[in-house]
Amino acid sequence: MSNVFEYAPAPESRAVVDIKPSYGLFINGEFTDGRGTSFKTVNPATEEVLAEVAEASDTDVDEAVKAARRAYTRVWSRMSGAERAKYLYRIARIIQERGRELAVLESIDNGKPIKESRDVDVPIVAAHFFYYAGWADKLKYAGYGETPLGVAGQVIPWNFPLLMLAWKIAPALACGNTVVLKPAETTPLTALLFAEICQQADLPPGVVNIVTGAGDTGRAIVSHPDVDKVAFTGSTEVGKAIARAVAGSDKKVTLELGGKAANIVFDDAPLDQAVEGIVNGIFFNQGHVCCAGSRLLVQESVADEVMARLKRRMATLRVGDPLDKNTDVGAINSAEQLAKIRELSEIGEAEGAERWSAPCELPANGYWFAPTVFTGVSQAHRIAREEIFGPVLSVLTFRTPSEAVEKANNTPFGLSAGVWTDKGSRILSMANRLRAGVVWANTFNKFDPTSPFGGYKESGYGREGGRHGLEGYLKPITTGGDR
Amino acid sequence: MRSDSSLRRFLHGLPGVDQVGCEARAAGLGTRSIKTTSKAWAIDLAIRMVDLTTLEGQDTHGKVRALASKAMRPDPADPTCPATAAVCVYPDMVATAKQTLGDSGVHVAAVATAFPSGRAAMDIKLADTRDAVEAGADEIDMVIDRGAFLSGRYLDVHDEIAQVREACARPDGTSAHLKVIFETGELQTYDNVRRASWLAMMAGGHFIKTSTGKVQPAATLPVTLIMLEAVRDFRDQTGQMVGVKPAGGIKTTKDAIKYLVMVNEICGEDWLDPDWFRFGASTLLNDLLMQRTKMTTGRYSGPDYFTLD
Repeated sequence: MSNVFEYAPAPESRAVVDIKPSYGLFINGEFTDGRGTSFKTVNPATEEVLAEVAEASDTDVDEAVKAARRAYTRVWSRMSGAERAKYLYRIARIIQERGRELAVLESIDNGKPIKESRDVDVPIVAAHFFYYAGWADKLKYAGYGETPLGVAGQVIPWNFPLLMLAWKIAPALACGNTVVLKPAETTPLTALLFAEICQQADLPPGVVNIVTGAGDTGRAIVSHPDVDKVAFTGSTEVGKAIARAVAGSDKKVTLELGGKAANIVFDDAPLDQAVEGIVNGIFFNQGHVCCAGSRLLVQESVADEVMARLKRRMATLRVGDPLDKNTDVGAINSAEQLAKIRELSEIGEAEGAERWSAPCELPANGYWFAPTVFTGVSQAHRIAREEIFGPVLSVLTFRTPSEAVEKANNTPFGLSAGVWTDKGSRILSMANRLRAGVVWANTFNKFDPTSPFGGYKESGYGREGGRHGLEGYLKPITTGGDR
Repeated sequence: MRSDSSLRRFLHGLPGVDQVGCEARAAGLGTRSIKTTSKAWAIDLAIRMVDLTTLEGQDTHGKVRALASKAMRPDPADPTCPATAAVCVYPDMVATAKQTLGDSGVHVAAVATAFPSGRAAMDIKLADTRDAVEAGADEIDMVIDRGAFLSGRYLDVHDEIAQVREACARPDGTSAHLKVIFETGELQTYDNVRRASWLAMMAGGHFIKTSTGKVQPAATLPVTLIMLEAVRDFRDQTGQMVGVKPAGGIKTTKDAIKYLVMVNEICGEDWLDPDWFRFGASTLLNDLLMQRTKMTTGRYSGPDYFTLD
């Protein structure tokens, strides 16, 4: 009897999803063909074309905004919070009921492992709707007023398609706004399935409108004069363009942009758990995570030991079919993103950092990149400064807590950070000194609807999640002067 | 390291364990989906790793003979079914078990050292051990003095293990294998489990074992995870391999497979062998047999089709 424990393929069935050959836009509660052209969405694990999806034109966007405005004025803003909550609870329950379908579809369209879409994305999506449903009739206790803004134009990225949709739509609707949302062009399918869920929940027409498309569609939403609020999650580059486009208008904006988070491991850290946190920090979702722990800062005295443990652990990561229940790392979302990861990795090597990739067999078709770590990285390297947005970790060392803080903060970004130490007082002092929106202590990449999330500096502004997440969707309370 | 304080400095200098992270890792490994050929392979391996156990006041020679027969031929209807690794009994039952097992290759493990509490004088614990070895035990499962461990008398714990190991020696120069039981349910913290693991390995234990089965909680996945990390790290530092035995509370095939996945992904294939990993269990075997029959015949059969012992 051989000692080798081979895991037989354990594929999740695709039978639960029904992908149509083509999809239109979801405007005013109905699917319409749209007046623009169309584009294809592919399965990044196989390069198989999944469906043709309509590309919304300016006219389509205008129609969607009008539908949202009508729904806002006539129905949604007049409805009591308790009534809005009923719809949100209903949506949350349907998401749970159709959880497997959503998870499988997300993995097919995005390339993420079914283990993650099933155990992380979809449960948190449902939790987000439940959480904000709870706020809908309690806004007066939140401290941000009770007056919605109007129509929210929302543009979301491809890394967590359904989860980012939930982060955007749930608080907007809870506060009484209506929305026009554009999913990313490489991952439109779960947003379109969400549109079906809105129909199933009898959500009044126009409250949620989903328009698919690429950059032009996004620009049309953001610059539409009747959009009161712009919410964007994506790259810092596009975020800056949006900030410029809305400058001088009355639009309220929240931006959740890139990151280059430091994951800081002190020599007294629980090392085995720290290694898990490093792996989770950078290889979760193929590293397509804005708050990924892409810079490992490890104290020099334990650097060799941590690296040895990390490489041993990386060698056990199972890379491959996203629908296999034992897959740990799935496919890179697009050819374009793969090219970017390759380019930056080559630059890392050219700049003199030492590259090591986990030994794993990559499938012949599809977009794949083996989990990779660079050692001997300094602050001057591009791979220590730029967001790679892939399964690539840059390792730097430090000698003292102050040096760790300096290096961690020495970046234009400031979305998240991690601290690993057994010393409680050090956790608190580090959290005070790190300029990052989220600081995780002895854990990483933990998300919860009750916890606000957002960045410092070029990682954006505004907070999503928690009570704070309501602020971006309510008119500021005017304290007034004379009465 | 010849004092409590030097041992303390070493053991407390080991990297700490973050409870939440450790439990999350164990739970994560528990979600692996092991199907078809892998499941069949894992079931046979698990059967070969079982220390089929009876440790009751009501044990009789008849009961032990029955158990030993079952260990040799777990599924009388299927000759391809492998035997278990050992039977585990009290010292006074060793001779009976040995007689029944003969040269079948199934080992006899005996619990010794005033099992399960370990509360007896040292010379009695050693006599208990020698008695079992003389009666033919291949393996000795000793308990550590948890009171000494919890009060920081690490040197006492260390020396006790070392002395019991000496008592495992046979006149012909060979030695019974020593498994060191921590009773992790009494040590309570993962940090303690890690420290006890290193202490037992440094004192010369061949195996480290979670529990007696008499205290709850007995074996758990996170506790076993910590022990597997310890034997892995010990080999990295010393080149010596030490085995791991979770015992108590593992009742289903599904659970057993979770443990094997953990062995595979934490320690690697070297430990996927009955010489280096065991299950201390009694009811687990029949569930493994039922699942095995299901894999070979495609049908579930009822408990009446499998022998009680």
